[in-house]
Amino acid sequence: MNIVEKILARASGKSSVSPDDVIFANVDKVMVHDVSGPGVLKVFDKLKNKGVDVSKLWDPTKVWVAEDHFVPSAEKISAENIVKLSNFTKNYGIEKHFKYGMGQYGICHTLSHEEALVMPGDVYVGGDSHTNTTGALGAFACGLGHTDIAYVLLNGKIWFKVPETDFFKLNGKLPEHVMAKDLILKIIGDIGTDGGNYRTMQFGGTGIDAMSVESRLTLCNMTTEAGAKNGIVEADQKVVDYLKSRGASNAQIFKGDNDAQYANVYEYEASEMEPLVAKPFSPENISVVREAPSVELDKSYIGSCTGAKYEDLEAAAKILKGHKVKIRTEILPASISIYKRAMENGLLSIFLDSGVTVGPPTCGACCGAHMGVLAKDEICISTTNRNFPGRMGHVDSQTYLSSPMVAAASAITGKITDPRDLQ
Amino acid sequence: MKGNIIKYQRDNIDTDVIIPGQYLKVHDYAELATHAMEGLDPDFHKKVKEGDFILSGKNFGCGSSREHAPIALSHSGIKAVLALSFARIFYRNSVDGAFLLPIEIEEDAYNGIADGDEIDIDISKNQITNLTKNQTYSMKPFSDIIGKIIDAGGLFNYKP
Repeated sequence: MNIVEKILARASGKSSVSPDDVIFANVDKVMVHDVSGPGVLKVFDKLKNKGVDVSKLWDPTKVWVAEDHFVPSAEKISAENIVKLSNFTKNYGIEKHFKYGMGQYGICHTLSHEEALVMPGDVYVGGDSHTNTTGALGAFACGLGHTDIAYVLLNGKIWFKVPETDFFKLNGKLPEHVMAKDLILKIIGDIGTDGGNYRTMQFGGTGIDAMSVESRLTLCNMTTEAGAKNGIVEADQKVVDYLKSRGASNAQIFKGDNDAQYANVYEYEASEMEPLVAKPFSPENISVVREAPSVELDKSYIGSCTGAKYEDLEAAAKILKGHKVKIRTEILPASISIYKRAMENGLLSIFLDSGVTVGPPTCGACCGAHMGVLAKDEICISTTNRNFPGRMGHVDSQTYLSSPMVAAASAITGKITDPRDLQ
Repeated sequence: MKGNIIKYQRDNIDTDVIIPGQYLKVHDYAELATHAMEGLDPDFHKKVKEGDFILSGKNFGCGSSREHAPIALSHSGIKAVLALSFARIFYRNSVDGAFLLPIEIEEDAYNGIADGDEIDIDISKNQITNLTKNQTYSMKPFSDIIGKIIDAGGLFNYKP
């Protein structure tokens, strides 16, 4: 069995599973945030009206709660949602609630790895489509809607159809100025936004072995944009060390069998990779940066679970150091822990000296929520994950998706710029 | 099940146009319905009638896991979405929450059915009849578990 089949077999109490088997998997960890949490509570209300007992969760110690989409509270409805979350965690005895303004908090997917909340081999479900991110720790990590999350919270299990797995193999180490974001954009361009639908996208090969855990998180994060059920990288010593450094002493290497089967194998040569952008209005609409349209940008946005991890900020700082930005540029570290490291290591000074506005951790403008949304006809280059019409604000705004290095280089010139071409 | 078609002849209708991100904080179903399809068709909420169906191309509902998407459509009156294919989370949210039927169709139905046509969906026969044009098309049958969850009226009523 491959790693996903092994995880789902273990979680469903079976000796083996195959693609297309329908199973009920026991869940190891569950996440809700300030959008899915109130949605789940609405499902609880409906159940209560039908006489279902919703007074207790199956296991509050396996649940954690993030505040990320509309925080710090954008206006009164989002403020009320935050109050609902606080009442939820208090009433149900959930201790892992990362509250803004009270130490560590941030984007849910970022917390999953920064706080070592998910272990290799876990079945982890979250009320957010980018839950796929955490598959980079070697877990089966999958996004679900409110009804399914409510079901998990009450029953501790959920149905899955065992997915077919496609294996994406990267040969060799990515060149300087080419980031994991460029690789995943390339892959989505090749297979399309439904190329991974219902499937697992697994990454491996010497290039992935050489990658940092954070880069692998970027890859798995955007498997969602190919429609994948989950993205995954087998956990190696790097992952174990990463989790141990964040306090998880029980992290262990977990891999598929040697005779693991894959539906398709795609090979990529790292030496052939270049900085890319996804043009409006789809993540599959890929162009090499050097051949991208010569548009006047209004804004550069470096944020989100995709593009504001510590290494993303470090990459942006390398480009921005000693330069001034020519367009509005916002950098929003994805968690307080990342924010603090960026401060301690001098990144925030580089950003501020270059003219960037540094904001608090939030999903913010990535999903058009608040903190820098786009006006009609505005054009933005962004380290985020989606560029559908209206994604970051007005339905007639435009977003180009890129790596943090490309977003930083473009902030300096005001045009879509390959960091290798920066003077 | 009879109803009239609202057709969007395009692929990849994503959750950001079905219900834009700014409304994710809203959990009032009736209010969500007033913003359904706003990113693509701002007049949708004025023209949709109870019992209508949406017809569209490939990968309907791609993007986010927001259950707001099937909720907004369902509370607008939409009983089924017919599409060449569906993104996985939209599909399971529609079924597990019993909001609407996601019906996978073939090219003949996609091309043969026009905006405004009245159709009849017969799930027991996996058949769609175009009452306006007097044509029939097949629909892809639901998988075993999906059929059972639909019959039960959603995941919470389903007994594995």
